[in-house]
Amino acid sequence: MSTVIDTLERTQLRRVPRFQSGDRVKVHFQVIEGSRRRTQVFEGVVIKRQGEGVRETFTVRKQSFGVGVERTFPIHSPKIEKIEVAARGDVRRAKLYYLRGRVGKRARVRERRYTGPEEVVERGILYDPSAETAAAVDPEVPGEAVDEQALVEAEAEVAETQASADAESAAAGDEKQS
Amino acid sequence: MPAILAKKLGMTQRFLDDGRVERVTVLEAGPCPVTAIRTQDADGYEAVQLGFGAVREKALNKPKLGYLKKVNASPVRTLVEFRDEAGELVVGDTVTVEAFEVGQKVKIAGTGKGKGFQGTIKRHNFSSGPKSHGSHNKRAPGSIGASATPSRVMKGIRGPGQMGGKRVTQKGLTIVELMPEQNLMLVRGSVPGSKGDTVEVRTDA
Repeated sequence: MSTVIDTLERTQLRRVPRFQSGDRVKVHFQVIEGSRRRTQVFEGVVIKRQGEGVRETFTVRKQSFGVGVERTFPIHSPKIEKIEVAARGDVRRAKLYYLRGRVGKRARVRERRYTGPEEVVERGILYDPSAETAAAVDPEVPGEAVDEQALVEAEAEVAETQASADAESAAAGDEKQS
Repeated sequence: MPAILAKKLGMTQRFLDDGRVERVTVLEAGPCPVTAIRTQDADGYEAVQLGFGAVREKALNKPKLGYLKKVNASPVRTLVEFRDEAGELVVGDTVTVEAFEVGQKVKIAGTGKGKGFQGTIKRHNFSSGPKSHGSHNKRAPGSIGASATPSRVMKGIRGPGQMGGKRVTQKGLTIVELMPEQNLMLVRGSVPGSKGDTVEVRTDA
């Protein structure tokens, strides 16, 4: 992709907790009713993540009064106040469309047993504007710095889990994640 | 009534304050040196000639390089005339995105993406025949005229052929942002052509 478009999109990225298909999330998003604005929570299973950069979206599916409801959110939308990861799912697919054909107990996603300590992510702009001027000089540096930090954290998590008693299964899950 | 030449960089999206998504095309517009002014007296029509697309001197042949040297312009790949857009420009001026304003309506012209040799359904929005029940008329064009009279096909009957790859003008596009230091222009909606193509931007009355 053009680096110009990359830089344009970068200024709009927000900090997002790590989550993937199969995870149960609570999405807190703003609803504007007339002049009032309030926060609504949509809780369900992430069945897909799609797109990249600022255009990335994710779809959450839940059962509401026996009816399947799916909602797709732009991941970096300013209307989303918070994304909470309620549970980590143990799935083998990136797109969980097979859940659509299932109801009741069969529509559940198995939970991963231990996934390491949960990180708390404050919603906000990923790259603040002052850093952005530096990025204009060398656009690669801030992005890589962040990635490296995340990588170090992930490795620390793996090390921790291996030390704990039920190491084998959890570590396998973690490595997949990282 | 400014006009400018631009390079289509691609599309992206922006979030508005109310959370809605706006689809925009990113154009790298100008700076365009003014290389000639056509006047009613000398040429019989009013126009301004703009250059765009900086290149190495080696990439141009000597006649073109000599022409650009004469008007004191840096080496550029493309020269395009815009009718009735001269205004107060003189040879040697440079047109940048600052000639435009945010919120202005523009029309953008360029060579659209080529679709190759296409049938009548894709090219002219003909209806297709039934796909099943033993149909022999799935994507055929249908009747193209009468029989012994006139025993020929009338001129202008729409048929299969080359689609796309021709000049297209998209009218009524709105400028949503200008970034003069990067020569960028963001336009709401889509613009003819592939990424990297040169397009002409004019104000839309």
